[in-house]
Amino acid sequence: MSVAINASGLLFDSADWDFSTIQRINDAVEEIAVNELGLNVYPNQIEVISTEQMLDAYSSIGMPLFYKHWSFGKQFARNEALYRAGMQGLAYEIVINSNPVISYIMEENTATMQALVIAHAAYGHNHFFKNNYVFKQWTDADGILDYLEFARDYVMKCEEQYGATEVERLLDAAHALMSHGIHKFPRRRTTDLRTEEKRERERREHDERVFNDLWRTVPGNDSGRQDPTALERRRALLELPQENILYFLEKSAPRLLPWQRELLRIVRIIAQYFYPQTQTKVMNEGCATYVHYQIMNRLHEKGLINDGSLMEFLRSHTNVVFQPEFDDPRYSGFNPYALGFAMMKDIERICNEPTDEDREYFAGIAGCRDHMNVLKDVWANYRDESFILQFLSPRLTRHFGLFHVTDDAEDPHLKVEAIHDERGYRAIKRALARHYDPAYFTPDIQVVDVNLAGDRKLIVQHRTMNRILLEEKDARMVLQHIADLWGYDVVMTEVDPATDAVLKDHKAQARPGIVPLEAA
Amino acid sequence: MHIVDRRLNPSGKNLANRQRFMRRAKSQIRKAVHESTAKGSIKDADDGGEVVLPAQGVHEPQFRRSSHGGLRDHLLPGNKEYVAGDTIPRPRGGEGGGSEGSPDGEGEDDFRFALSRDEFVDLFLEDLELPDLAKRKIASTEAVTWHRAGYSVTGSPANLALNRTVRNSLSRRIALKRPKPEELEALRAEIEALGDNPENEQRREELLAELARKERRTGLIPYIDPLDVRYKRFDPIPRPVAQAVMFCLMDVSGSMTEHMKDLAKRFYILLYIFLKRRYKNVDVVFIRHTHEASEVDEDTFFNSPETGGTVVSTALEEMAKVVSERYDPDSWNIYAAQASDGDNTASDNDRTASLLTKELLPICQYYAYLEVGRDAEHFPPGFIRRDSDLWQTYTGLIKNGAPMAMRKVGHRRDIYPVFRELFAKKTGAEAEA
Repeated sequence: MSVAINASGLLFDSADWDFSTIQRINDAVEEIAVNELGLNVYPNQIEVISTEQMLDAYSSIGMPLFYKHWSFGKQFARNEALYRAGMQGLAYEIVINSNPVISYIMEENTATMQALVIAHAAYGHNHFFKNNYVFKQWTDADGILDYLEFARDYVMKCEEQYGATEVERLLDAAHALMSHGIHKFPRRRTTDLRTEEKRERERREHDERVFNDLWRTVPGNDSGRQDPTALERRRALLELPQENILYFLEKSAPRLLPWQRELLRIVRIIAQYFYPQTQTKVMNEGCATYVHYQIMNRLHEKGLINDGSLMEFLRSHTNVVFQPEFDDPRYSGFNPYALGFAMMKDIERICNEPTDEDREYFAGIAGCRDHMNVLKDVWANYRDESFILQFLSPRLTRHFGLFHVTDDAEDPHLKVEAIHDERGYRAIKRALARHYDPAYFTPDIQVVDVNLAGDRKLIVQHRTMNRILLEEKDARMVLQHIADLWGYDVVMTEVDPATDAVLKDHKAQARPGIVPLEAA
Repeated sequence: MHIVDRRLNPSGKNLANRQRFMRRAKSQIRKAVHESTAKGSIKDADDGGEVVLPAQGVHEPQFRRSSHGGLRDHLLPGNKEYVAGDTIPRPRGGEGGGSEGSPDGEGEDDFRFALSRDEFVDLFLEDLELPDLAKRKIASTEAVTWHRAGYSVTGSPANLALNRTVRNSLSRRIALKRPKPEELEALRAEIEALGDNPENEQRREELLAELARKERRTGLIPYIDPLDVRYKRFDPIPRPVAQAVMFCLMDVSGSMTEHMKDLAKRFYILLYIFLKRRYKNVDVVFIRHTHEASEVDEDTFFNSPETGGTVVSTALEEMAKVVSERYDPDSWNIYAAQASDGDNTASDNDRTASLLTKELLPICQYYAYLEVGRDAEHFPPGFIRRDSDLWQTYTGLIKNGAPMAMRKVGHRRDIYPVFRELFAKKTGAEAEA
């Protein structure tokens, strides 16, 4: 093996590492990942960082550069306090979906951990980022760092030009709506963040060119407003109903200034960039964990790491894929690493050593003996919801002891609907898959109407699911933000989609601050 | 693949965000800071440390589903005994077994984070300034510190400026064309290479001559000449004295309740922190008095009860004594804060006044008098009920332009405002005088 230097053929023989160790590890891992597993990855960039820098990265959603906002300072302060108090460990790595893929590794890690982290992040996640359809559709790995730089500079420029408080107010409002600033369905054009930046410049230049103050002062320009056909047309133009509230406000809020619209756009585009990650958590981690597991074992088989390293790796691997049971005090939902890894291993098993049961449920892949190709196909073409729906096997439901409980507030008891038996298998699979559907875990809130003829009241609707209302205090605060951006009153109704019955409504009145209000 | 070492990047990338966060949460942090000084001893107070903010203030709202009501379903791992159709009594606190609610962000804890000492004190003492008179004595008393001031040609070997010396030597060698060792080496090598071959005899002669010339030159031009040598130069800089002593005078006679002492203590803490920020060295002297005064340690000062009459002048005498023994006014900035319930033996008022005007006020930078009242007697600051003996006495002094300030405090919530009032930037003429 050309990459190994010391006589025993090991990549390293102690916990210490230096940059040539990292290089050797990477070469050995790459050899296995690319030539043996056949992964298709972006080029890698590995960055060694310190604890403080890791905390930094935590507070800016893992991105290497970000615009300034107090909420990131809050994150940092919180994480720092927790970390210093020893209540929270830090991740071993952070990986950024860009081209080249940037993996942060911590200086405190041992050599074994660095190998694990490189296999996990620089090859596992990397392959997933490059090949999964959701990422292909929604994110632009080539442009993200440039776009973030543009965003940072733009926010800074706005702060200088319009004042830090103004910018902060706007960003506060935009952040509150971040989870509702996403197009859930792809449109024709794929996003290209570099063009995005250019277009912003052009938009502004155009505005400046065609601006003519005379038009503003021409009297009597309100007269055409009452024409009903014009109203219809205007409503179609507003693309209502619209579930992307940030997009709607950016395009249609009457009183926002161009730079304010641009800031909304920045927040929206960044939210959109992260959207794929929220719907592929299980798969992404499952893929990376599976890859590191294969690679580390191969390294050991090839005699590149010693038994001690393998034990150290297995220990930390086992911790990562630990799934506490529901009655365990440590339980806090499903561990995506555990579920993802178990499912990937299970697919491997179905391919290589299928049981009769597997042949019945997974006729397509059972016994095909080519698990790597099956897995690569899975990683490319599914997201969590469809992945679980398709590949959660009866054997795994038994392994995890899955059961489905319903809790109706009107009943005194909880009810066990299904358990991990043959009868319950499909129901459990469906229910678990649903938990990973973004439409299920984010409330369905849409802008449905604008009262254009009268007071320009904005009407927002929350279509409840299973009669679960919004958390009231938060809802009111966010609604207030919408009103501030919109510049006029906003009402939100929470309706039962089955009957259209209104369960609750909220109102908010625009406050001055973000946009100038019309004198009453 | 690239490996980049980011550890060398400048740290504190998050500082701008932190500052924004601090500004955002300023009023709350300020409140938390003030509350945190309610406990702890005087000297601990300015170590900074952890503050706890209510989560609500820096809350970032989102549309999210409520954790109550409706129909929910849970998918849980680890089934042991349930079969389909079983019912489970609803556990207290809502929900069956798992804690599916937590990703929804149910209930945020209070927000806990650490302030650095500087941030802590900055917030604490925002907008405060020592009165101008603090400079009164400083100009005349000077201490000396040594500062680097370029290079000199003489000096002690310990101060040899190696870099500068070698640099001078190098430029001199270049200017005088001292042959480099490599050149000599090359010449020797060439001569060696020519060997004894008679064909090259002439060339060899030339080279030998050249070598001899260069070697002579090397000998003549020293590697380091005394001319090159430079020493780091230090100049004495007179510096104003940066030390202060703070006298805490307190009446501990029976009429002072625990509540009053607590008020006084809070005031002293504030003053201590404030002085500490302006002066490197702050000494604190505690003098308590009844009808007689003594210097005590902090613990005794605040905690051990005394009985007796009240003669304020004894404390002032004690202070004058301590000053003359240990704190030469020429090299110390002297601050005094007196706390009392205002009682004084009637016959002592004149003596108190004269002691203050003649002996103490001239040497003090600032003299603050704090009259502490009972909580029940709380009244808005500025409202004057029947004035106490001391109050009347001191009012007379201030009217004559003495550099002192006095305030009344009845409740702990007044301490900080009163303190701020005393030290607010641009103190106008004493408001109540």
